[in-house]
Amino acid sequence: MKARTALLLGSLSAALVAFALTSPRVVAADKVDPVADAKAFQNFFFRKFPDVKHEDFVNGPYSMNADMKRQWQEKEEFPPYEFALDAGKEMFATRFKNGKTYADCFPNGGIGIRQNYPYFDTTEGKVVTLELALNRCREANGEAPYSYVKDEMASLTAYMAFTSRGKPMDIKIPDDPRALAAFENGKRYFYTRRGQLNFSCASCHVQSPGERIRAEILAPALGILNAMPIYRSEWSGMGTTSRRFITCNSQTRAVPLEPQADEYRDVEYFLSYVANGLPISGPGARP
Amino acid sequence: MKRSLTLAILLALSLAPAARAASEADYKAAYAAAETASREAAGMRNQWTVTVSALAAAKKAGDGGDFDRAVSAAKEAEALAKASIVQATSEKEAWKAMEIR
Repeated sequence: MKARTALLLGSLSAALVAFALTSPRVVAADKVDPVADAKAFQNFFFRKFPDVKHEDFVNGPYSMNADMKRQWQEKEEFPPYEFALDAGKEMFATRFKNGKTYADCFPNGGIGIRQNYPYFDTTEGKVVTLELALNRCREANGEAPYSYVKDEMASLTAYMAFTSRGKPMDIKIPDDPRALAAFENGKRYFYTRRGQLNFSCASCHVQSPGERIRAEILAPALGILNAMPIYRSEWSGMGTTSRRFITCNSQTRAVPLEPQADEYRDVEYFLSYVANGLPISGPGARP
Repeated sequence: MKRSLTLAILLALSLAPAARAASEADYKAAYAAAETASREAAGMRNQWTVTVSALAAAKKAGDGGDFDRAVSAAKEAEALAKASIVQATSEKEAWKAMEIR
């Protein structure tokens, strides 16, 4: 009888210990933890590509392929985004009809601040991207908003990125459940398969960076937005972050969302946050 | 024997389903079903470009009076829309399997 009781107590203790060991994991899996997510995200790429310098991930496919990198370095002597950069600088300094400029809408006059975008606006309860902030600035000063996918927006963001080159991405997630929800929503969007081709963003940029998709080398997801906006040879022109998301969706045969939809804003928030610490390299040039 | 064989062949032929040209009513029913499924997919923020193209092709054929082609395109659109709904439903949880942890 004693032996049976001891066995029973022993089994019970073992079960309790097992429960105690496993239950925190269950709780952790459901908890939104951006710090842990960013660490895991960065470590995944650092381990997968141990020979790539950490700050080099922001150079996308060039960090994955030495030949392409050499060609790109040569191209950077006369970069294809230079015209957009000049146009953006001029637009940025040009006064609105009311006499104000973009500098009046942004901290530090809009210079060297790219690394802080997108941010979570606790008043609105939503993510605000740089493109959105620029159009809000225009509207607040009586100007019509620009298209999120065309040259004017790309030029403006190119100039703002250029003034921030080398600064480490520095996205904050305030202690606000709505900010955590936005981060989580962005993460969900990033990993969710969509379109007839059944691809998620991660299918290409987590599972296959460095691999070819047709003639192109896929960029790693880590630091992918640090180079935005980009001149794409495929587009024969500049492209904004909005344009990049929309094109990615179309390529998987999914109907894209409207530019600056909540999902796009949130996925930009997620991708930028997990790239914290990596330098801004925009505007970039891609094949 | 020969006579009964002839009769059997005739009977089999009479029972075989005749290939019937689609009518406008068939097209309208097929298009409505496709549109309903497509709207549901769009509501889930998971519309496919190929569904939109197939629906447009069905409408174009229907407007031109080619109801066979219109019904075929509408049925394809409905199947695609339903597949996108299945994808959106399963991905509500399945995305977690891809997450870097």
